[in-house]
Amino acid sequence: MTGLFEQRVETDADIAPPKGYWTGVWRRFCKHRLAVAGLVVLLLLSVACWLGPVVIPFQFDDLDLDHTRALFSWQHPLGTDELGQDTLVRLLYAGRVSMTVGVAAALVGVLVGALIGALAGYYGRTLDGFLMRLADMMLSVPVLMLIMVLSTFLKDRAFPGGQIGIIVFILGLTGWMTVSRLVRAEFLSLREQEFIDAARACGLNDAQIILRHLIPNALAPIFVAATLGVADAIMMESALSFLGFGIQPPVPTWGNMLTNAQQYMIDTPWLAIYPGVLIFLTTVSVNYVGDGLRDALDPKLKR
Amino acid sequence: MGRYILRRVLLALPLLLGVSFILYVLMRLAPGGPEAVYGQNPHVRAEDLARIREQMGLNDPIIVAYAKWLWAFLRGNMGFSLFTGRPVVAMLGDHVPNTFLLMGASLLFSVSMGVLFGVISAVRQYSWFDYGVTTFAFFGYSMPTFWFGIVLMMVLAANDYSFALGGYHYETGHWLPAAGMFGASFDGNLIDWLRSPTWVGTCDLGAHLVMPVLVLSIVSIASWSRYARSSMLEVIRADYVRMARAKGLSEFRVIARHALRNAMIPIVTLVALALPALFAGATITEQIFAWPGVGRLFIDSLGKSDYPVVMAIMFISAILVILGNILADILYGLLDPRIRFE
Repeated sequence: MTGLFEQRVETDADIAPPKGYWTGVWRRFCKHRLAVAGLVVLLLLSVACWLGPVVIPFQFDDLDLDHTRALFSWQHPLGTDELGQDTLVRLLYAGRVSMTVGVAAALVGVLVGALIGALAGYYGRTLDGFLMRLADMMLSVPVLMLIMVLSTFLKDRAFPGGQIGIIVFILGLTGWMTVSRLVRAEFLSLREQEFIDAARACGLNDAQIILRHLIPNALAPIFVAATLGVADAIMMESALSFLGFGIQPPVPTWGNMLTNAQQYMIDTPWLAIYPGVLIFLTTVSVNYVGDGLRDALDPKLKR
Repeated sequence: MGRYILRRVLLALPLLLGVSFILYVLMRLAPGGPEAVYGQNPHVRAEDLARIREQMGLNDPIIVAYAKWLWAFLRGNMGFSLFTGRPVVAMLGDHVPNTFLLMGASLLFSVSMGVLFGVISAVRQYSWFDYGVTTFAFFGYSMPTFWFGIVLMMVLAANDYSFALGGYHYETGHWLPAAGMFGASFDGNLIDWLRSPTWVGTCDLGAHLVMPVLVLSIVSIASWSRYARSSMLEVIRADYVRMARAKGLSEFRVIARHALRNAMIPIVTLVALALPALFAGATITEQIFAWPGVGRLFIDSLGKSDYPVVMAIMFISAILVILGNILADILYGLLDPRIRFE
């Protein structure tokens, strides 16, 4: 027991970076077996999707009209579609597109949501009222319908990132409301606490307080929301592409591969099975990772 | 109570004005639109086009045009389809009952199954059943409905596989109709069936309902069971439940009469939030199974740039969502006396 007036001698352990928060988070995350499994599946899928098309000697739009809708062979391990395009390389390339869209859209949504929630929660009053009514309005229109309308309007516009950019923009624009409410709620309780008064007394300006003191403390729910947002975005993108309102062929996505496969489902059902299994596998994995992250980031919130 | 409702409705009005204005501006900015649609028709002369512009208020400043549109909308005139020329109200009238039937059946099925699963898994927490329901819920959330629909269709409706099982020979396929609401055995639509229901027609309709309802329900059973489970877990440790047990009531009565009734309070309010979907329908599922509902009308109209129809569907949905929110809050207060209306 260290006495009250005894001077503590600084040891190496004190100076070395603290074994801190993230180590604990990682340890708790590893206890959630399914979350770890989900993470492994996602890593494997990403490696396959980014390496596969480099290794496989076909492009996603290489036609092989002599072997259309073929069953598996050495040449085409998962067969070919109605144009003789190699299914495996298309699935992997589509995975790139779908995962990129999912991650990017979730990022945009979370950034917009965090910004709006932060402004609403920090400044309160009129701005809060206005921003939250805006969120209410966005939430009152059926989101899939709104996305379809926006996607129709923007379809052939020039846009940074082409049609992928458009989808990311739309999904981000329509996916910020939950995050903004979360962040606002966190901010409302955080901003009354003493360390914020202390920060203000130190002469920090609003931007510094928000970025350095409030956001880091509200990070846990933002992280979880972002992870689950990826699953939502992947699902939404594939639904849109399936309905023909998303990414258009020849660029393959899991959604639009299903659209084509649907026409041939009687003779070549496997064409319709693969993309769905991959969508399902990805979203299940992301959801489990999000669940594990929730438990890991907030040990108090054990369900 | 009355004052609370009045206040909520009054607060909802600016919200609705905002939504309708944004939607209106969105539709005005949209590519295509009335001019493009009529302009393609060689029989429409330039002066006709000018007259149409004037009639549709496209020459007015946007605020004036919006006010005119809103006033007409509130009196029940939602405009006319740019393609069929029919009043939007009449087109909605054709599709709303179909959607209502589909969504109503699915809501009923998924809420009852979800509550059943959720309650059992809460009562037997950490049992195999509980883990099973949790896993199912995760899988259900992550299931792409359109894919599930296609797979169901392949298995139950489309393919002619044959397989042998237990000494018998089976052929799959054509067990269930893949698309639409009525087959050849019933001539007419839902309204005709309601006027003069025949036994064959009823069976036909039922068979057509099975797959879309299943597809719609898998995701919602997943979420209802989660809600029911957590809500049940909250009350099951409450003092009044222990009290009921202490009184010597049978376990079934404790669960059914004391715990379940209280656990249902949040569920009822969530059902109120789900009600607006009875109108808006399920875009994806209706599209896959060619169900002639509002969701399908929406996709068709959007594809044809038939904006009056698109606009009406979205605005009515928004109104219903906002009303559903108010209804949920009111129900919550009515069912839980601890909540005060202020």
